[in-house]
Amino acid sequence: MSTRRSALLWATSIAVYAFLYIPLAVVVLYSFNDSRLNAEWVGFTLDWYRTLFHDEEMLQAGANSLMIAFVASAVSTLLGTMAGIAMHRFKLRVLPVLVVTPVAMPEILLGVSLLIFFVQVLNLTLGLFSVLIAHITFCVGFVAIVVRARLAGMDESIFEAARDLGATPWQTFRLVTFPLILPGVIAGALMAFTLSIDDFVITFFTAGVGVHTLPLQIYSMIKIAVTPEVNAVSTLLMTLTLGLIILASRLAPDALRSES
Amino acid sequence: MALLEIRNVVRRFGDFTAVDGVSLEVASGEFFTLLGPSGCGKTTLLRMIAGFDDPDQGDLLLDGKSLRDIPPEQRPIHTVFQSYALFPHLSVVENVAFPLRMAKVAPAEIQRRVQEALASVHLSEKQRHLPHELSGGQKQRVALARGLVNRPRLLLLDEPLGALDAKLREEMQVELINLQKNVGITFVFVTHSQAEALALSHRIAVMNQGKVEQLDEPSRLYGFPRNRFVADFIGKINMLAATVVASGSDHLELDVAGVGRVLGPPQPAMPVGTRGQFAVRPEQVRIGAGSVDSAGPLSNRVKGRILDFLYVGDVTTYLVELENGTRLEALLPNSAPGRAKFFETGDPVELAWSAEVGVFLDA
Repeated sequence: MSTRRSALLWATSIAVYAFLYIPLAVVVLYSFNDSRLNAEWVGFTLDWYRTLFHDEEMLQAGANSLMIAFVASAVSTLLGTMAGIAMHRFKLRVLPVLVVTPVAMPEILLGVSLLIFFVQVLNLTLGLFSVLIAHITFCVGFVAIVVRARLAGMDESIFEAARDLGATPWQTFRLVTFPLILPGVIAGALMAFTLSIDDFVITFFTAGVGVHTLPLQIYSMIKIAVTPEVNAVSTLLMTLTLGLIILASRLAPDALRSES
Repeated sequence: MALLEIRNVVRRFGDFTAVDGVSLEVASGEFFTLLGPSGCGKTTLLRMIAGFDDPDQGDLLLDGKSLRDIPPEQRPIHTVFQSYALFPHLSVVENVAFPLRMAKVAPAEIQRRVQEALASVHLSEKQRHLPHELSGGQKQRVALARGLVNRPRLLLLDEPLGALDAKLREEMQVELINLQKNVGITFVFVTHSQAEALALSHRIAVMNQGKVEQLDEPSRLYGFPRNRFVADFIGKINMLAATVVASGSDHLELDVAGVGRVLGPPQPAMPVGTRGQFAVRPEQVRIGAGSVDSAGPLSNRVKGRILDFLYVGDVTTYLVELENGTRLEALLPNSAPGRAKFFETGDPVELAWSAEVGVFLDA
């Protein structure tokens, strides 16, 4: 009975995971396919990666994406950490709502409203800068959630003990609070980086003309045809994202578990 | 001059008055205890002494100087928290060294004093361990060493033994007394356990609903509670409705419901006709089959029947019902081994106590 049930459970699990991962596996597999078409397996090649690294537009888009991801994750980590600490310390109901709303809001809505805000309110020329601001906006909430989750599990009297034993508020932060939330801060930074580098919708609305990030570049390429070069760049992006997520979950397993 | 002086301190949280006009003084070198049920304001008072909270009215003075506007890190007062509050990312040695580092003590001196502090709490092993690798008792010792290492003027202890099991708690009580004696630092100890308070303290302030009900030495508190709350909170006590019949300089004469005339220790300030309660401890009440015989005179005697008994090993408590239905407890030590009780339920007995024990409470 129990073996039959566990067999059924195994079969279901395998089916679900196959459904999720086979398309990704196919993308990866065909990036090594020696054919222009994603139709049948011809033979192994690294040509598409070679093409990729000679594609000026693609390289420019990649550089943009990396720059935006680095700056956006750095800035949003700083702001998100402060927001996470504030959400933990001041029990204001409105604060978490304000910080987390961009996380929960449909991306399309955020994209459109940012577009309107940038163009009509700020009179800003769309470009890398507006994309950067937009990415920071939605990343802050994620970092704040992870940092707060990290703080929530801690004994409040630890911070009082530091003050009690002679530490100033700044020393308390530097010697006690920060080391304790550091795994959460790093996990938050990695999440922000991941979210920024593969964001499409919000970037699409806030990038304007002429500025491309990797996801935008891929999109414009597949409008013509899905060449294995797209597979190659997708594979690289996937590897980077996966690596960062694994790193983040290693550093703050509790943070990711409780808030996902 | 008192080391710590608390002057008419009031602290309110919304409509709730947590500390309601407390004034007391703690002398240098004293083991002082704030005792009371949860919500009595003792922890709020402790937090104000430490500097985590400010009084709405009144003042706190250390060495005659007001603590107002002095942040916790600048007060020469350290706290041992109920949860120990050890820094989870620092080793035992680093935890104990923390207050010395903050005080910018030289590294060599830090090392020497950390070792000294750890030795004083009998924890010289496990120095490189992190807090989560320690047992409850070991964490307790680290917290104590950390609180004492920089020799504060005052060490506050917030129910530090609450999380330990009974046997370990007794061991730590003895160690705390010795430690306080050896280091000579003034302790202000907060607890809800009357047994702990009586065992450890030089003086105890019994708190209830934000006020100090009585401040006294343990034996005075136990022997002469000032009101019903203190009598009830500290140990077990029999309470009987009573009226003052005569108030002399050698005895207080009472009319006690169900007993009749009772002689007690003099309370000259108590006017004749005052109604209240006569309180007497179970261990002060002698019990005997038929009649109690004794060497000294026992002025107060009353007949009753055994209703129930509770055997706890060293002593047995007998619940006796008097003729009018009033119930009294009497305690008998079990010095003869192997016998759980000397009387059976329903046995007629006599209760007796001397005129030197008991207290009349009008509040």
